[in-house]
Amino acid sequence: MGSNYDDNVTFTDYTLGQEQLERIEHVLSEDLVRSGVHSVLLIDMAGNIIAKCDNGNCDHDLYSLAALASANFAAVDTMAKIVGEEEFSLLFHKGQSESIHFSKVNNEFLLITIFGKEVSLGLLRLKVTEAVEKINSVW
Amino acid sequence: MAFVNMKTKEVQAKIVYYGPGRGGKTTNLEYIYSKFRDRIKSDMVSIKTHGDRTLFFDFLPFDIGKIMGYDVKVQLYTVPGQVKYDATRRLVLKGVDGMVFVGDSQVEQRKKNILSLKNLQENLASYKKSIFKVPLVLQYNKRDLEKEGVPLLPVETLEKDLNSQLKVPSFSASAVTGENVVPTMKKIISLTMTSLQNVMK
Repeated sequence: MGSNYDDNVTFTDYTLGQEQLERIEHVLSEDLVRSGVHSVLLIDMAGNIIAKCDNGNCDHDLYSLAALASANFAAVDTMAKIVGEEEFSLLFHKGQSESIHFSKVNNEFLLITIFGKEVSLGLLRLKVTEAVEKINSVW
Repeated sequence: MAFVNMKTKEVQAKIVYYGPGRGGKTTNLEYIYSKFRDRIKSDMVSIKTHGDRTLFFDFLPFDIGKIMGYDVKVQLYTVPGQVKYDATRRLVLKGVDGMVFVGDSQVEQRKKNILSLKNLQENLASYKKSIFKVPLVLQYNKRDLEKEGVPLLPVETLEKDLNSQLKVPSFSASAVTGENVVPTMKKIISLTMTSLQNVMK
């Protein structure tokens, strides 16, 4: 089989310690939930939840949501490549009362934000961009 | 690519059921879902076509309790089996920790099993993973059809076709009746956990 294979088949190329996770959760809570976001998830591209935070009133099935969100992101990313784009920069689904925004943090992670009508998309994107920069500075 | 959360002492591992179309991957998950309904808090998610064929994947999160002090959450996925859905099949394999290959025991499906296993090897290679290193269990499904006079491949033939090089654990099963569905799952969970143990110490 040779050297084309990665011997370490099961474990992650990233490790996050307790302190890093706490810093990430702090960003999610202070930058996003305090700005009026209902719920926010940091997930990896395989659909695992890395960190989460909500306003205490959310009752969503987050594990299913993370699996679907990572698959949705991967599908959209593949579509972008097919039409010759590096990526689609805005990924956003609007609902009557809840909307979902996707943001790529780096090659491994996605930030999924669930928010209601009281938060404008513009403000949300601004806050998400700030949060992504802060999360990227954690490691 | 399991995720180990040192803070909440939680492990999330991804196990994918792979195999040819109409082989019984979704039926495996449906049986597990019905059997362990009281332990599975959320609903099974299925993305399928109007004709009830898996379009993207099925997803079933499953708490298996504590291992070495960690809460272990296993996420069971299936892939779409049909040849044309290869792009989505590859996406589901991203970050996989353990695999079940569900083969179809019917004589007429012999070639499809072999092609699907080869396709699995290629798709794992696209993530730089070797089929010889990923925790893997084979399941020879639809053994119940024998009673109804459907010609089935002998288990020895299936072993020779699919397992002569891999030499991994294999089960004769019937996803419809539930025979050996849970043992298959237990085996792959145990192989996956063994391979993750180094990092959970």
